[in-house]
Amino acid sequence: MTDTVRFHLNGQPVEVPAPPPTRTLLDWLREDMGLTGTKEGCNEGDCGACTIIVTDENGPRAMNGCILFLPQLEGKAVRTVEGISGPDGRMHPVQQAMVDLHGSQCGFCTPGIVASLAVAHLKGATDYDDVLAGNLCRCTGYAPIIRAAEAAASHEVPEWMLEDARLVGDPAAGPQNHPPYAPTSADELAEWYLANPDAVLIAGATDVGLWVTKALRHLDPVAFLSGCDDLKQITTTEDEIRFGAMVSFTDMMPVIAPLHPSLHELLRRFSSVQVRNAATVGGNIANGSPIGDSPPALIALEATLHLRKGEARRSLPLEEFFLDYGKQDRETGEFVEAVSIPRQPDRLRCYKLSKRFDQDISAVCGCLNITVEDGTVTAARIAYGGMAGIPKRATNVEAALIGQAWTEATVREAMARYGDDFTPMSDMRASASYRLTTAANMLMRYFHEDQGVATNVLEVSA
Amino acid sequence: MSVRTPLPHDSAPLHVTGRARYVDDIPTPATCLHLAFGMAQIAHGRITSMDLDAVRSAQGVVQVIAGSDLDEIPDCSPSAEDEPLLSDGTIHYLGQPVFLVAATSHLAARRAVTLAKIEYEEATPLLTIDAAMEANSRFEDGPRIYEKGDVDQAISSAAHVIEGRIEMGGQEHFYLEGQAAMVMPQDNGDMIVHSSTQHPTEIQHKVAHALHLPMNGVRVETRRMGGGFGGKESQGNHLAIACALIAHRTGLPAKMRYDRDDDFMITGKRHDFRIDYRVGVNDEGRIAGAEFTQMTRCGWALDLSLPVADRAMLHADNAYHLPAARITSHRLRTHTQSATAFRGFGGPQGVVGIERVMDHIAHALGLDPLQVRQRNYYDDAFGAGVAQGGLSAPPGPPEDISGTKKAGTAHKLSSGTGASKRFGGAHSPEPMAGGAQTTPYHMEVTDFLLNGLTEKLATDCDYAARKAAIAEWNAGQPVLKKGIALTPVKFGISFTLTHLNQAGALVHVYADGSVHMNHGGTEMGQGLNQKVAQVAADRFGISPDMVKITATDTGKVPNTSATAASSGSDLNGMAVKAACDTIRDRMAEYLATEHQVKPHQVRFADGMVHVGAEEIPFAEAANRVYMGRVSLSATGYYKTPDIEWDRIAGRGRPFFYFAQGAACSEVVIDTLTGENRILRTDILHDAGSSLNPAIDIGQIEGGFVQGAGWLTTEELVWDETGRLRTHAPSTYKIPACSDRPRIFNVALWDAPNPAETIYRSKAVGEPPLMLGISVWSALADAVSACGPNYPDLQAPATAEAVLAAVARARG
Repeated sequence: MTDTVRFHLNGQPVEVPAPPPTRTLLDWLREDMGLTGTKEGCNEGDCGACTIIVTDENGPRAMNGCILFLPQLEGKAVRTVEGISGPDGRMHPVQQAMVDLHGSQCGFCTPGIVASLAVAHLKGATDYDDVLAGNLCRCTGYAPIIRAAEAAASHEVPEWMLEDARLVGDPAAGPQNHPPYAPTSADELAEWYLANPDAVLIAGATDVGLWVTKALRHLDPVAFLSGCDDLKQITTTEDEIRFGAMVSFTDMMPVIAPLHPSLHELLRRFSSVQVRNAATVGGNIANGSPIGDSPPALIALEATLHLRKGEARRSLPLEEFFLDYGKQDRETGEFVEAVSIPRQPDRLRCYKLSKRFDQDISAVCGCLNITVEDGTVTAARIAYGGMAGIPKRATNVEAALIGQAWTEATVREAMARYGDDFTPMSDMRASASYRLTTAANMLMRYFHEDQGVATNVLEVSA
Repeated sequence: MSVRTPLPHDSAPLHVTGRARYVDDIPTPATCLHLAFGMAQIAHGRITSMDLDAVRSAQGVVQVIAGSDLDEIPDCSPSAEDEPLLSDGTIHYLGQPVFLVAATSHLAARRAVTLAKIEYEEATPLLTIDAAMEANSRFEDGPRIYEKGDVDQAISSAAHVIEGRIEMGGQEHFYLEGQAAMVMPQDNGDMIVHSSTQHPTEIQHKVAHALHLPMNGVRVETRRMGGGFGGKESQGNHLAIACALIAHRTGLPAKMRYDRDDDFMITGKRHDFRIDYRVGVNDEGRIAGAEFTQMTRCGWALDLSLPVADRAMLHADNAYHLPAARITSHRLRTHTQSATAFRGFGGPQGVVGIERVMDHIAHALGLDPLQVRQRNYYDDAFGAGVAQGGLSAPPGPPEDISGTKKAGTAHKLSSGTGASKRFGGAHSPEPMAGGAQTTPYHMEVTDFLLNGLTEKLATDCDYAARKAAIAEWNAGQPVLKKGIALTPVKFGISFTLTHLNQAGALVHVYADGSVHMNHGGTEMGQGLNQKVAQVAADRFGISPDMVKITATDTGKVPNTSATAASSGSDLNGMAVKAACDTIRDRMAEYLATEHQVKPHQVRFADGMVHVGAEEIPFAEAANRVYMGRVSLSATGYYKTPDIEWDRIAGRGRPFFYFAQGAACSEVVIDTLTGENRILRTDILHDAGSSLNPAIDIGQIEGGFVQGAGWLTTEELVWDETGRLRTHAPSTYKIPACSDRPRIFNVALWDAPNPAETIYRSKAVGEPPLMLGISVWSALADAVSACGPNYPDLQAPATAEAVLAAVARARG
């Protein structure tokens, strides 16, 4: 059983006495609180109909309520569509513009859209394609929604939308939980996890959430890591950047942007705002998925993984962590503490291939880091997701490049080696042959891009 | 005047604040049971044993029912009584409901379902078109064939014969609100059903049938759906019947909503099609004869597949006059979800077939595809489009129900990024030469307007100049290629099952002048209620806020048709108008007598009733009429005139009129990966004299994007065991925000419908979906820039399909 969970809901303090640890915010809102404005569209964080606003020390963020467990909200402030209107019933500018400019048709996605746009409005964000990448609408074709967002942008943020930032950190709403259920530091976690190695560690719950909502698994025991502030640190030195395991992708992005813009672009296309706000770099690695997008990029950047078991720590090259499908080099009671990447000149290009550009799982994710000096390839680290049971380096391809002149002929030679490195599978995302062809073509794309040839359909206009 | 005004959706303020109530939002009594189905895990075979003990003893479970527990398994089919609620022991598809759990919570029911132990004896499933054709597994005895002229002679004597095959996938509706129903038991075993359905009368009929109640024992209410798109025409039957069954057995309220994955696995989708074609053309690309063989997987049960397949045949010509044609249709029975209605209802599949032919002809003869299209168009009707700007009246309306046409409104009726010219201004088409041309099903085409519309769209979007610029751009690009295409749609409006073309309404005027409006149509986001309320307001000359929109209710308007076939406003608008006019006439007569004037001297406008020289506020007039003991309540009824259709012979006039439009899309592809993007789309669409231009433009924008999604990223994948592998938004990709065209201009061809429709408007629900075909055609154009060979692009044109086509083009 869990302790009482305390947070603010639409400006009012709430206490949920001992909820089942995997009770989702969405179910609680709809079933216990009668707040049915927030909708269930897919119950897996892919449609955004359940989008709500969660404010913590990082400010307000859009999240998917369907895969957010109540204990993750401890000490935070939640605002639903009902609270986006003013206490006197006045509409938020985004709501008014959605009405005036015909942004809703069936209306079922609308509360989630309003929540996402209200966060953008609050933060002054105008990159609406990204803001709404996690909100599917089946009726409008999105055009009137964007018109509404643009129209609302010039209106002032309503007073009530600023309330949550003040409520966070209110001692009355502060963390009430105690370890081991919700450790507040890596030390506490390490000690507890050693004693409870079968526990499920819950970071952002963007994958574990589906174990509950889709696989209907009963998880026990669990530990919520969101209170471990020391795991959320980003440390930059002259030699490396170290990301604590609990750093969210949202927080990782601005650090990466100036150093490796192509990785930043990959992260922009990594799921959606709502998921990036919850998902953590440690979770994306520890989960061991062959189609997680961050491991190939981090491997290409020669990342080191830092593991901890009790007081013992060890580090290893990230690619060595992934042993086989579903199998990682992680001992019982050991957890991911951080990942670090060496500082280096930027030669990284990340190519994410999926059926849909935004909010889609990669069929192939190719990350290529090729160093060329005086016309010769002097180093190459090339890693792929979606091409094997694990994120995997293309060592034969790398070998075919290193020491060779950086020419189209070299690239074509190296492209022929992809079959030596990979035997991908066919599934609903892509066939094996398409995966192999496009993985190799990504090397050609890298070469073309390096030569200044246009290769990105996202950068073309009519 | 409230019609033709771009008022927001009536529920918009509720949508944006979260106060719009859907079925799952209705407060439930504490005793309400929650239901979930256990589903078959094989595609074909028999259940040999079913152990549900663990399900029964699971926490929160109140009742568990398998097919064998019922004396009679209720039927859920809208057509053929071939869909038992629960398997009778035979398994017809992977996902078929085999048992039903009622529990104290939604989660408890779902969890309990996982505890079943079921064993099967598997049989080989028929999963593909090839397998079904080989096994002659089909609905109806043999293929259906529509024929006009001597097609074999026409093709064999043509200068060029072009043949090929296009395969197109189905489409999941992905209504954001999944299927849902709730049933509240009443006195005497009667039931009140809340259902997310496009067809409350069908729910009523099926629930009554299941419980052996007369239809008057079941009342169905539908306030709104969170999207329907055809997916809630028949697919809600199972949930409503399951709830009614549990409510009947337990006396407790029961609610069921599908989890999204279950919704994908259980319910039907758009029919996928294969179309083989053979056409004879002259050197100019003009078709002399065309032969289409359409094959479709209908899935395991009949559902609505026959009319869907019929409509695919009826749209095999799209906008093109085929002097001779043969259309053969195979309706195949497979061990997959029973394919069902989806926006366009087979029409889009038929249209894709001939649009593909147009592109193929152009490629084979080295012609511009737009030129080939225009050469094959039907002739424009005399006067088509001239009415734009009010230059002429529609031909021969016996009764003016359209009011006065406002001039020069076209410029107001557009939306877009403003990056290109807006449409508008006068337009003069060529008059039709000779007699009326006929479709392959022998219907005269008398209201065609696409020649003029296409010319205007091509001019306004600079088609020719952009086509040339694209060719130049492509020549300088080693990796990326652009393409452009302009494609039309001509869509037949009416249910092809003629008796469905009727509608009823119930209107009350209260003594305070407020109006209560009800009709048989359902609201799924399309703004039907708003449009119809505008009609009612206009009839009474009052503001639309005075008209209360109420939930569709089988207790108020009986025997309704599904809100489908784009017919909602056409049918229900007319029915509401009839009801309003009955009341209005009574009011006029009473007030005329009171004021010693003739009834025709009583006018309703601007919130006032003008009686001779006197002006009376509408509320006061209503009260006076009430005090004079005159009924202020009336029903209204409408049936579409002038339609008759023999679906077996393939002859007649199935459609009251044609809704038309065209779109020009520009795309770019990456020849290394097949990734692609829509860069710009311009649309000019015919909604007649729009009842509400904002709502109609919304339907066009949304329909276009949905059609583009169908033909690009939306791919349904079944594995070799018959399991649908794309059963959630994580694997099935509908368009996201950034997938809409970067530049997106939409305008209405604002000319009154020559047919006598409500205020001379045209249906707009389905036709714009087919504008998305321009994207697919533009992708084929871009692929053609990669090499000399015919790219043979299939649908959906996923990145993988585009890359395969690039390889074919290069040879």
